[in-house]
Amino acid sequence: MADNKGVLILAEVVDGKLAAIATELLGVGRKLADDLGEELGALLVGSEVSGIAQEAIAFGADKVYVVEAPALKDYRTDSYVPVVEKVAKEVMPKILLMGQNSVGRDLAPRAAFRLETSVSTDCVELAIDADSKQLLMTKPVYGGNARAIYTTESMPQMATLRVKAGEPLERDDARKGEVVNIDAGLDESAIRTTVKDTVLEEIKGIKLEDANIVISGGRGIGGPEGFQELEELARMLKGAVGASRPPCDSGWVPDTIQVGLTGKIVSPDLYIAVAISGSSQHLAGCGGSKNIVAINRDPEANIFKEAAYGVVGDWKKIIPAFKEKAKGLLA
Amino acid sequence: MNMIVCVKQVIDPEAPPASFKIDAATNSVVPPAGVPPVISPFDEQAIEAALRIKDAKGGKITVISLGTGLLRDVVKKPLSMGADELILLEDPAFDGGDSWSTAAALAAAIKKVGEFDIVFCGRQAADWDSGQVGSGIAEILGLPSVTLAKKVEVGDSKVTVERVIPDGYEVVEVGLPALITVSNELGEPRYATIKGIMSAKRKEPIIWAPADLEIDTAQIGAAGRRVKMLRLFQPVREGACEIIEGEDEADAGANLAAKLAEVKLL
Ligand SMILES: Cc1cc2nc3c(=O)[nH]c(=O)nc-3n(C[C@H](O)[C@H](O)[C@H](O)COP(=O)(O)OP(=O)(O)OC[C@H]3O[C@@H](n4cnc5c(N)ncnc54)[C@H](O)[C@@H]3O)c2cc1C
Ligand SMILES: Nc1ncnc2c1ncn2[C@@H]1O[C@H](COP(=O)(O)O)[C@@H](O)[C@H]1O
Repeated sequence: MADNKGVLILAEVVDGKLAAIATELLGVGRKLADDLGEELGALLVGSEVSGIAQEAIAFGADKVYVVEAPALKDYRTDSYVPVVEKVAKEVMPKILLMGQNSVGRDLAPRAAFRLETSVSTDCVELAIDADSKQLLMTKPVYGGNARAIYTTESMPQMATLRVKAGEPLERDDARKGEVVNIDAGLDESAIRTTVKDTVLEEIKGIKLEDANIVISGGRGIGGPEGFQELEELARMLKGAVGASRPPCDSGWVPDTIQVGLTGKIVSPDLYIAVAISGSSQHLAGCGGSKNIVAINRDPEANIFKEAAYGVVGDWKKIIPAFKEKAKGLLA
Repeated sequence: MNMIVCVKQVIDPEAPPASFKIDAATNSVVPPAGVPPVISPFDEQAIEAALRIKDAKGGKITVISLGTGLLRDVVKKPLSMGADELILLEDPAFDGGDSWSTAAALAAAIKKVGEFDIVFCGRQAADWDSGQVGSGIAEILGLPSVTLAKKVEVGDSKVTVERVIPDGYEVVEVGLPALITVSNELGEPRYATIKGIMSAKRKEPIIWAPADLEIDTAQIGAAGRRVKMLRLFQPVREGACEIIEGEDEADAGANLAAKLAEVKLL
């Protein structure tokens, strides 16, 4: 397998621009490619994506592979897996990276099995081993209670990268790179699923993933009314409301605001966890926050181990007073 | 409807984080004392998805679990919830596998079961949080797959799946047979009934060894691994939380706001 060379990342496009995860993958991929002394490629797949190639170069790619077809407009397993297979066989990368999001979660495992290689999912760190030149893939396991470092002999070495785990490079439009078109060669009769509809939750105010301040409520909030109070506080602080899993499972709040291993990953400057115990799976989604503040009536709650500041007590007494004081301070 | 559900026995993922221990010398997890293992939670939801279809349309649910040290009380839970058959791939040769070799063994077992319309898996097993065995089985068996389902409805020859995406869901249609992985948005799995528990007690699992499957032993368990774990470790926590006090809880809340303003976080 000495013929495999370079790093290739899947560059997802959202609203006609590179997705944030794509720039993060380019940042991480650039470092890996430099450590190997090889090329960084970006794979753009979609119906009209060639216009974005220059953006991928500006964020670090040496080469951009463009695969365009009307049938590739939206992600579907059966249309994207053959494209990844075809490109991987033509380009023969040593390392193939995707994002750990709803596309990568579905695409990477299936593509890895198709390519008869392996993938390590949800990595938070990727590095080249100085001696073996193999890819070291570090991934949280057991809900975040531990981390494992994996390697593989099978090519390409595949991994998915957790959202916000990588740093994008500074955009540099002066960077030069090459654009290569690859024919999709799709057999549309082999696409076995049809997307009938896409139903999106309406987002009020600031997007959870983009907010500088996130106030999250847990099971101890007790019902939807409590979340209204957190909403008010968030509006005042120009932040967004998140939740641990139980409030979502109980239908107090939409599933789309779940923070954690299987929910959203947030890294605000301030994360206020209200009546959340601090399970490892929840911390997987907010552990990257610059400052965690915990409000919990149980002084032994695990969340206090992760927090910079904490108040022990009943949130129903703490939050109104906090809000009142903050209102005065912000006025 | 013939349905197959793959379930894995794991260390209880909801055990307190402080009880989680690893043995660094052997790169392995030390099961916490006194905390019994469970069926991986998403797999219970996969069972629930199958049971809802059985409720509506009738059918048979076959459960397959691969592992060693499988506690009968644990792996029989799907039977007590209403599943019909339990197959265990319980042989040392299946042990120590990764996603690749686990999917290979499960796919071989599914082939041996033969007739099925839907294979259900959990979205990820709550130990290694890998999330690939479902897609792997589908790839090996040449089935279409829909991952991260929150709702599954069976029509005449098709299934309609609501698939979770970051800000909502997609409605995906797929023909049968198909593989579907289930996410927690599906809703709470049902409790076992007394009647279910009684009949599960009497039901003996079917046990298959590698020789019962059409599979090369080089492909399964530790022998079939494609990834190697170099190291398993627990990240160190800094843990310096400043507890904000006050005359009472309300006062502490006000003091917290003052503190956060002081350190320029508000
Ligand atoms: C594979 C897997 C994936 C998972 N993914 C996620 C995920 O993505 N996100 C997620 O959040 N969870 C996830 N979970 C669930 C996770 O394990 C925990 O069950 C969950 O995070 C607990 O939520 P909680 O802290 O709100 O509830 P609890 O653990 O029940 O804690 C509630 C807390 O509220 C406190 N409290 C109660 N009343 C009050 C009051 N009046 N005032 C102050 N404090 C009060 C209690 O002291 C307690 O600490 C996952 C689990 C598994 C197995
Ligand atoms: N040992 C196993 N026995 C039965 N099913 C399994 C096993 N390992 C994984 N699965 C199934 O595959 C899903 C995904 O597992 P994983 O890819 O390991 O995260 C699980 O939720 C199960 O449905």
